[in-house]
Order: sequence, then structure tokens, then C-alpha cells
Amino acid sequence: MVPLSWYLGLSALLFTIGAVGVFIKRNVITIFLCIELMLNAVNLSFVSLSGFFGDIGGQLFVFIVMTVAAAEAAVGLAIIISIFRNRESLNVDEVDSLKL
Amino acid sequence: MLAEKILFIVFAVIAVASALNILLQRNPLYSALSLIGTLLSLSALYVSLRAQFIAAVQIVVYAGAIMVLFLFVIMLLNQPKDQPQVEKQKGLKYLAIPLAGLMIGEMFYVLRPIRLSTLPTDQSVGNTWSIGTSLFTDYLLPFEVTSVLILMAVVGAMVLARREGD
Repeated sequence: MVPLSWYLGLSALLFTIGAVGVFIKRNVITIFLCIELMLNAVNLSFVSLSGFFGDIGGQLFVFIVMTVAAAEAAVGLAIIISIFRNRESLNVDEVDSLKL
Repeated sequence: MLAEKILFIVFAVIAVASALNILLQRNPLYSALSLIGTLLSLSALYVSLRAQFIAAVQIVVYAGAIMVLFLFVIMLLNQPKDQPQVEKQKGLKYLAIPLAGLMIGEMFYVLRPIRLSTLPTDQSVGNTWSIGTSLFTDYLLPFEVTSVLILMAVVGAMVLARREGD
């Protein structure tokens, strides 16, 4: 059988790759994809802990995380479209009107 | 069992490789396609954890609906290629790798005590029947709140993406 720590280690690895992507990428869509990757890494640890403890609650939380991710994708992509209309750019370094 | 370990390693390697490919590609279209690879291999891992319902929902909702929305937006915006690349904060790139090393070290340190527990043989957790039963009894309130959230997201997306003056 596959030990629990393998699943949690894979989840930690995927989460870290997503966090690194948020740091080093400049394209706002790629940053958004990295956030989805981090959500999925957390989902993997939810499902594995749910399986190993025999408790259904973790899988229901995955269900709710997926709903939140869908809502987030809809709103976030709408924001990206309106940013692109105003600035003709997807680079996050160029969206700096709030900077003093 | 050896076969399960081999399957885990195969799908874990696919997941990590396509996650790294997200960072290596410069075109967001290829990044989105390799994220689909990660999602599909995670779905296979969910099957090995006996969460068949979540595995199916992962493919239908994530790889099917959410990623298609991403691809639509990427193709709609279709950024011109000749735009000069501006990088104002170069230092972040060199800070990210040590911080990532620190983070993964912390996580493995936390995981140390739970090294050898294995999956129980109970088959009833994770099928559609058990998920539906608890979703409509114990977790009814979060489920209903979710519908309000989706309604707000739909209205918000339509307001934000609308052109001025329509």
C-alpha cells in the first residue's frame, strides 16, 4: 500500500511549485493558473486524509473548494478581461496605479 | 502492494512534470494545457484513494469547465507578440527558489511522524451514495451557501466583463 506521507509530500511539492509560480511569473493568466495549482494541491491532501481517516468530510470540502474555484475563475477572468481592455497588457508589473 | 506504488509514482511524476512545465512555458496557452495534465493525473490519484466521485467531478468540472473558461479567455485576449517584456522586480525570481526550499522543508518536517500509515480497507467512504447522504444531511448549510456564492459569481462576472455603455 502507498503510505499517507507520499500523498502529503506530493501535495506539498505541487503547492510549492504553485507558490514559486506566483512569485516568478509576470503574466496575470499564468499567475492565476498557479493559484489553481495550489488549490488542487490542497485538494489532494484533503482527499488523502479523508481516505486514511475514513471520514467523508474531507471529500465534501473538496467539493466546496471546487465550487469556490469555479466562482473564482469566473470573477477573476472577468477582472482580467476588463484590465486588458483598459491597459492593453497582461503584465502585472504594468498595473501599478495604486503605487505611490 | 507493488503495483499501487508503481502507479502512484507514475502519476506523481506526470503531475510534478506538468506542474513544472507551467512555469517553464512562456505562452499561457501551453501553461493551461499542462495544468490540464496535472489535473488528470491528480484525478487518477483520487481513484487510487477510492474517492471515485471526486475523481469524476475533477475531470468534469476542473478539466472540463474551468480550464475551458481559461482557454477561452487566453484565446480572446491573444496578446500581441511584439510587446516589450518589462520586468521591474528581478529580485523576486532569485528570492523565490530559497523560499520554496524553506517551505517544502517545513512541510516535510511536519509530515515526519505520519510516515507509515496505510489506507484502511473500508470501501463505503467515497462513493456517490455516502457523499450524497452527508451532503444533504450534515453539510446541508454549506451546500446551500455554495449556491448563493455561484449566483454572486455569475452576476459579478457579467457586470465586470460588460462593455461600458451597453
